[in-house]
Amino acid sequence: MATISIDGVSRWFGNVVAVNDITMQIGPGVTGLLGPNGAGKSTLIHMMSGFLAPSAGSVTLDGQPIWRNQQVYRQIGLVPERESMYDFLTGWQFVLANAELHGLPDPGAAATRALATVEMEHAQDRRTGTYSKGMKQRVKMASALVHDPAVLLLDEPFNGMDPRQRLHLMELLRRFGADGRTVLFSSHILEEVEQLARHIEVVVAGRHAASGDFRRIRRLMTDRPHRYLVRSSDDRALAAALIADGSTAGIELDGQEKALRVQAVDFHRFTRLLPRVAHEAGIRLYTVSPADESLESVFSYLVTS
Amino acid sequence: MNPTVARLTVRGLLGRRRGVLLLVVPVLLLLLSVLVRASNGQDHDIAVDVLGTLALGTLVPLLGLIAGTGAISTEIDDGSIVYLLAKPQPRWKIIVTKLAVAVGCTTVFAALPTFLAGLILYGTTDGLAAGYGLGALVAGAAYSALFLLLGVATRHAVVVGLMYSLIWESLVGNFVHGARTLSIQQWGLSLAKAVADPGVIAADVSLPVAVPLLVVVTLGATAFAAVRLAGLTLAGEE
Repeated sequence: MATISIDGVSRWFGNVVAVNDITMQIGPGVTGLLGPNGAGKSTLIHMMSGFLAPSAGSVTLDGQPIWRNQQVYRQIGLVPERESMYDFLTGWQFVLANAELHGLPDPGAAATRALATVEMEHAQDRRTGTYSKGMKQRVKMASALVHDPAVLLLDEPFNGMDPRQRLHLMELLRRFGADGRTVLFSSHILEEVEQLARHIEVVVAGRHAASGDFRRIRRLMTDRPHRYLVRSSDDRALAAALIADGSTAGIELDGQEKALRVQAVDFHRFTRLLPRVAHEAGIRLYTVSPADESLESVFSYLVTS
Repeated sequence: MNPTVARLTVRGLLGRRRGVLLLVVPVLLLLLSVLVRASNGQDHDIAVDVLGTLALGTLVPLLGLIAGTGAISTEIDDGSIVYLLAKPQPRWKIIVTKLAVAVGCTTVFAALPTFLAGLILYGTTDGLAAGYGLGALVAGAAYSALFLLLGVATRHAVVVGLMYSLIWESLVGNFVHGARTLSIQQWGLSLAKAVADPGVIAADVSLPVAVPLLVVVTLGATAFAAVRLAGLTLAGEE
């Protein structure tokens, strides 16, 4: 059982604050680090993996400082975001080198086991430079697992993976979490995080915006007022029918855009209501587009609430 | 020394066409030596000129630069150094291993060719070839250590290294004699002078100055590189 403690941690680069006074604990199981690009997720992971010193506060693994402490790597497996990994080596040579660098008693057996875990034996004799993005990701995983670490840190592991590879990696991480390992991965996609992580930490603009069970985070995100732009064959009639329901807080007839601006309160109810109401009133829907669904706006809502 | 680090470093250094480049320069020196010897016979002044300017003055710093920075800066640039550093390995061990590879590289591709060029140009007469060979060996080691440090300390290692070697050692050293005291090339020359027969090679820096400086620079750069590597920071890629 291993726990990473981030205690009052800030990190600034010059006068840019990348991480602003964050305190969180990452314990056994799968934790998702969620936030838009540039929120400070990578900075946090770099500090957790000992490649960046916190400007203030402390980052520890079971009480041991991580910065400038090579011994922590006996317990940490790291899957970096960047792809370069000694392109001239084959997958097997690469994982074997990692096993040797860990000083394992039987590096060959460890490399074989790690490559089998990520199901990459079929390509282990090809140079990693020839691998697809998903294959590289899996071999990086194998290199991080080779010493059977208690902690696994993954920076945007699903980036560029196809759906099948994504599912496979999710299954793998889920298994590690169930084994009692501490697994932390970062992502900017809510759906990805909520499929996999029991526990979610949300970081926005360097600040710790929310923390908790994925249901709680989901609720925080879906309970905010949603805005939609709707175009239909009869905007005025549709507006009248919609405002009668409690899931809609306000409707504006936008004469310039020739559209309705709808503010929904109850996201799920509204999405079910809209097509039904339109159908019953014989109105055809031309456009239904969320007006503020960008990640940044979803997240900034979380920060201000 | 860590055999895995050594293996990765050697493959990184000699692969990717750099191996060919490393071989081209010394081969050119040897070809030139053969030509010079064939057209001029055994000529002391020409031999000293070729060995001092081309071998010790150009080939050795060039190889030191390629091997010293190449042993680590590529990995730092592309981020693959993470796989070396996220391991329970002492940082000094990684640096010492990489230094050993770089020194081996300058020995094979610079010091040995310098010695061979000396033999071609001047035979074993007066210990000239042995002197320049040893000077190149020691200077190569010092260059490797210095440029390895640059590789860890700055992202512009090659530029800074070239500036030291071209501007300080060659240009400034040519006009300002005092600058030669702080020149690896001159320290190597001082050693070459000591090994060769008296009066064969001229050097501006005396041996009692050159040897301590060589030792201090080589060890100091290595130690500092290890410290810098232990605190290597990966900037946020976001």
